[in-house]
Amino acid sequence: METYTLSVSPDFAPEYLSGWFIFNTWLQKSLETPFHLEIYDDFEAQRRDIQLDKIDLIYANSYDAAMLVREKGFQAVARPAHVSDETVIAVANSSNFDSVDDLVPWCRVASTHDPDVHMMGMIMLESADLDSSNVVVTSAQTYVLVAKYLLNGDADVGFFLKDSFQDLSDLIRSQMRVLVESQIGVIHHTLLAGPKVQHLVPEMLDRLLLMQNTTKGKDVLDSMQMTGWLKMEGEDTDFMIDLIDTLME
Amino acid sequence: MFITYHDGASREITIVDREVPYPDGKLIVSRTDISGVITHANQAFVEMSGYSLDELIGTNHYILRHPDMPAAAFGDLWDTIKSGKKWHGYVKNLRKDGAYYWVKATVIPNIRNGELTGYTSVRRKPSRSKVVACTLLYAQMNMDVQS
Repeated sequence: METYTLSVSPDFAPEYLSGWFIFNTWLQKSLETPFHLEIYDDFEAQRRDIQLDKIDLIYANSYDAAMLVREKGFQAVARPAHVSDETVIAVANSSNFDSVDDLVPWCRVASTHDPDVHMMGMIMLESADLDSSNVVVTSAQTYVLVAKYLLNGDADVGFFLKDSFQDLSDLIRSQMRVLVESQIGVIHHTLLAGPKVQHLVPEMLDRLLLMQNTTKGKDVLDSMQMTGWLKMEGEDTDFMIDLIDTLME
Repeated sequence: MFITYHDGASREITIVDREVPYPDGKLIVSRTDISGVITHANQAFVEMSGYSLDELIGTNHYILRHPDMPAAAFGDLWDTIKSGKKWHGYVKNLRKDGAYYWVKATVIPNIRNGELTGYTSVRRKPSRSKVVACTLLYAQMNMDVQS
């Protein structure tokens, strides 16, 4: 029997990833189908493997999800209930900036390769007449490194996925201030099935939607810090893609 | 004052010279059918427009049109999105209470199975320099139309 590959967007802190290993075990038992969980440290490596059709099932941010549906024939299956992806723009406590509108051209931005967060961060800078032509962006592999750029004085502002910002250690987070936090509510991660596993989608969806009703399933969800799954209807997927198209410059 | 829309509908509106600042971090998201009737609105839309969700759904998007907005700006919007392209622009919106708020708006056509089914619009906080520039530009456009 063929072993399929499950992967997760690299924007999660390690403590979240342990839950995905538990989910992978649950998924294999539920579907009686072997899955291997492939974890990536950075978006580039994961995208290379997506292009090589090495990933069959993926929990992706909505920016990547739109690409996977349009370009790689993936089908959106489900999304986490009561969860949305929000972006935080933070500065070091010692910063002279008190609001986004205080920021000036050529300010230094530390950002990861997380496309949703980078896009939303740049959108929130627009009100200060800042865009990619007049800021200096430094790319970091992780949100911890974004924080280090700020605390070492190597960047003026940093973009964070809100959940990842909150997962930073108290010591690091206490040395930063939030300038602005997005309140969008309609951008979220999505579980998507590639062409090789779409025959599994009906049963997978049934199992996912029932997870919260079983003790075992609820334990798995708890380990992923989720409360349940919601079905992604075709129109939900189209809306997600339209939204990303609207936000992309 | 009375305002008349392109479809012949008209209504009495109250105009109050008070700007409601666009809040940091929020995005107004809405969808309409092909004639501009609102089919989806998020909480930020409800908060900024001053209308309830029930009042917004099923109503034409033009209820937000402020009389200071030149007709040519909306003509450009409709010409662009009807041709299948994305439109960007700065818009002064009218609230239910007569006050106004400025947005940077982006609108895209929704294509399903090759057919246009509606439009998605996202509005975000504009910079003050763009608001000042557009205030002057739109005033000039309105004067040009009247002269």
